[in-house]
Amino acid sequence: MNIDAELELKMREGDAPSASEAPEPDSIAPDLGPAHEPAPPVVHELRFGNAWEYSPAPETTKVEIAKSYGHFINGRFSEAGADTLDTVNPATEEVLSKVAIAGKKDVNAAVRAARTASEKWAALPGAERAKYLFRIARRIQERSRELAILETLDGGKPIKESRDIDIPLVAHHFFYHAGWCDKLHYAFPGRGRGQVKPHGVCAQIIPWNFPLMMAAWKIAPALACGNTVVIKPAETTPLTLLRLCEIFEEVGLPKGVVNVVCGAGETGALLSQHPGIDKLAFTGSTDVGKILAKIASERGIPITLELGGKSPNIIFADASIDQAVEGIISGIYFNQGHVCCAGSRLFVEEPAADEVIEKLRIRMQSLRVGNPMDKNTDVGAINSKMQLEKIEHYIKIGQDEGAQLESPTSADLPGKGYFCNPCFFTGVQPGHRIAREEIFGPVLAVQTFRTPSEAIERANATPYGLSAGVWTNKGSKMFDMARKLRAGVVWCNTFNRFDAASPFGGYKESGFGREGGVHGLRAYVKG
Amino acid sequence: MTNRLSVTKTHKLLIGGAFVRSESGRSIETTDASGMPAHLCQASRKDLRNAVEAARGAFGGWSGRTAYNRAQILYRLAEMMEGRADELRAATIEKAPATRAPAKRTAKKSSKKKTSKKTIARRTPAPKVHEFDEVELAIDRLVAFAGWADKYEQVIGGKNPVAGPFYNFTSPEPTGVTMVVAPDTPPLLGLVSLIAPALCCGCTVVALASEASPIPACLLGELCETSDVPAGVLNILTGFRAELVHHISVHRDIDAVLAANLDEESGAMLRSGAGENLKRVTVKKLTPRQWRDPDECETPALIERVVEMKTIWHPMAT
Repeated sequence: MNIDAELELKMREGDAPSASEAPEPDSIAPDLGPAHEPAPPVVHELRFGNAWEYSPAPETTKVEIAKSYGHFINGRFSEAGADTLDTVNPATEEVLSKVAIAGKKDVNAAVRAARTASEKWAALPGAERAKYLFRIARRIQERSRELAILETLDGGKPIKESRDIDIPLVAHHFFYHAGWCDKLHYAFPGRGRGQVKPHGVCAQIIPWNFPLMMAAWKIAPALACGNTVVIKPAETTPLTLLRLCEIFEEVGLPKGVVNVVCGAGETGALLSQHPGIDKLAFTGSTDVGKILAKIASERGIPITLELGGKSPNIIFADASIDQAVEGIISGIYFNQGHVCCAGSRLFVEEPAADEVIEKLRIRMQSLRVGNPMDKNTDVGAINSKMQLEKIEHYIKIGQDEGAQLESPTSADLPGKGYFCNPCFFTGVQPGHRIAREEIFGPVLAVQTFRTPSEAIERANATPYGLSAGVWTNKGSKMFDMARKLRAGVVWCNTFNRFDAASPFGGYKESGFGREGGVHGLRAYVKG
Repeated sequence: MTNRLSVTKTHKLLIGGAFVRSESGRSIETTDASGMPAHLCQASRKDLRNAVEAARGAFGGWSGRTAYNRAQILYRLAEMMEGRADELRAATIEKAPATRAPAKRTAKKSSKKKTSKKTIARRTPAPKVHEFDEVELAIDRLVAFAGWADKYEQVIGGKNPVAGPFYNFTSPEPTGVTMVVAPDTPPLLGLVSLIAPALCCGCTVVALASEASPIPACLLGELCETSDVPAGVLNILTGFRAELVHHISVHRDIDAVLAANLDEESGAMLRSGAGENLKRVTVKKLTPRQWRDPDECETPALIERVVEMKTIWHPMAT
């Protein structure tokens, strides 16, 4: 390797003073005189050429995958049968396994099993229920490598994310909720021990972007409160949830407490309309969420929904710009942008816009896109062909609408598999579809603003309200913005943070109910 | 077959992650569960000070860990207890005190004149098993507080709706070094019920074991050292309350005291420590039924005894 290749510290925009020496834009010095010409932004860029290429660092541990999978009903794995769906590795397009599609019979059996298990499970002393959840958490930690690899194979997310974020959070959710089992009466003041009642049988439908994590977010609080569960994974990512069922078996979780039915939308429809369910929980698109909300309202059963978003990420000129750029990156390119709370609308205060965009450009050049099984990969494979087509469609819409597309990441994408280079649009108008609609991919819409109130107004001008980001070094402004943003989660000087103890969920058409923390228990108890 | 002589054990103090003999060189003779002679250390004032120093040193690290991490460590300790439940159970079989407390603090001086054998002849009364399984309850109690570690803040803290443009919230923080004085009985459940609330919120602990049955506490100390509990977070002393409560009471680097079922005099002595450095002193009196009752002993009200509420104001304005 040519170590002494071009190694160049390039200072753009000439010899302007450094940012810290530049006068503050809102300085109130009395003798300002004529309008002060703001110093041009100074952006340092380290260029190493190809001197420091990354060697491949593939995760090579083998994980066994069966040729086919059935459902997990009443503590037993069923045979796949003839009616199956292929689950594909989106990074290679190879078929990993065939997974059964649950029909009426399977859904009936699953709901019946959950109903039968319900009474005993709810009657178990909280401290004993807790022990099952603690055991599950421990086994997840012990089998975390296997689960992480499987998650990446089935879903396309970078191994470093499934290993360091998804699976640890899965274990965390079970561990955290285990502790609530015997403490529910403290979470609901005014009710005594034993007066906090579960709904009964919970039907849960989860998406493909965080397959096991979403399962944990749904199953753990439901079980902690004494409910039993019938859960349907997304059709493209069922493998890790089925692996979790092995853990349920290992730890001796009573039969029927958790049942898994696989399949696509038809199975979801059967499950959500089943007369035997007492509660419905769904994470996914707002369109489907609205249909389910209607079903639940007709049946008079409670429902929690965690739906779409078009979350604003607001950068003030007084923010630490380098940190903010990192926040933009993790806000929109984390998990290929398949994140319901992704910071997909970037609002930059005008004086900082050039600097932020230039730094974003530079930072994106070092994003590594490609094989998700490589431990250095930042952006992995798009989850499915369908999703890739949707993202590409939106990129085209953005260009047709007149916004400027930039895709500074120069990686050569693998020849096979579903990949999309991370990109952003400048020159975006508030009315553009790429600024209003959820794309669910690594596509960022950049806009600018002049005043905090303008930022608030535009940030809130969306039917969604899942999350928001604020970047400023002024605390009072930060809290004021946080208060005025109509979003369920506001990240200040950070983005995309998740924790079992922290409630997550949206305002407006991003859904109702919260998941995580003491507030997340509410969805799984009566009254 | 062979007349093998068994290896008898000396139970040492646990101070700063090390098993040490009392600096005073004193020991107490007792019998272990199988009736074999065993030796315990008789902690001195200096041992207490060393233990408090170790606890103070460990406080920053322990309280600085995430609540989730503390929860997992306490759960790990419960796992270790489960694995050695039989040994713990045998040790908690109630015996009449095999040791005799020195009547006055002058006992130390007078002991010099005596022979090295400071204990009374071992009595071996019929062992009385508790009417409940103390070990199972102790393990479950620890698990319950492992669960509280990352939850009590949400239950007892919150945001305050002040009449102004401020973000104002109150959340609890661990008070510091907590001294636990365990009851004579139940020796293990009593000890665990008092250390767990303090440990889960981030306090570090110096515990004085049951005087009547100190061995379960010594075993718990050994389990700590194999459960990721950092050195100095839990320190365990064995010895005589009559000798040590005064020193506990006047020690200015102990922030809180959790004790239960003490005699009147010891309780009053500990309470008077509030006048020394405003220690947060809690001396509970619990019946066997209450020791078993989760509403009595697994409530965040116990954690509240060893935390400080911190209120943070921050303006919000553009």
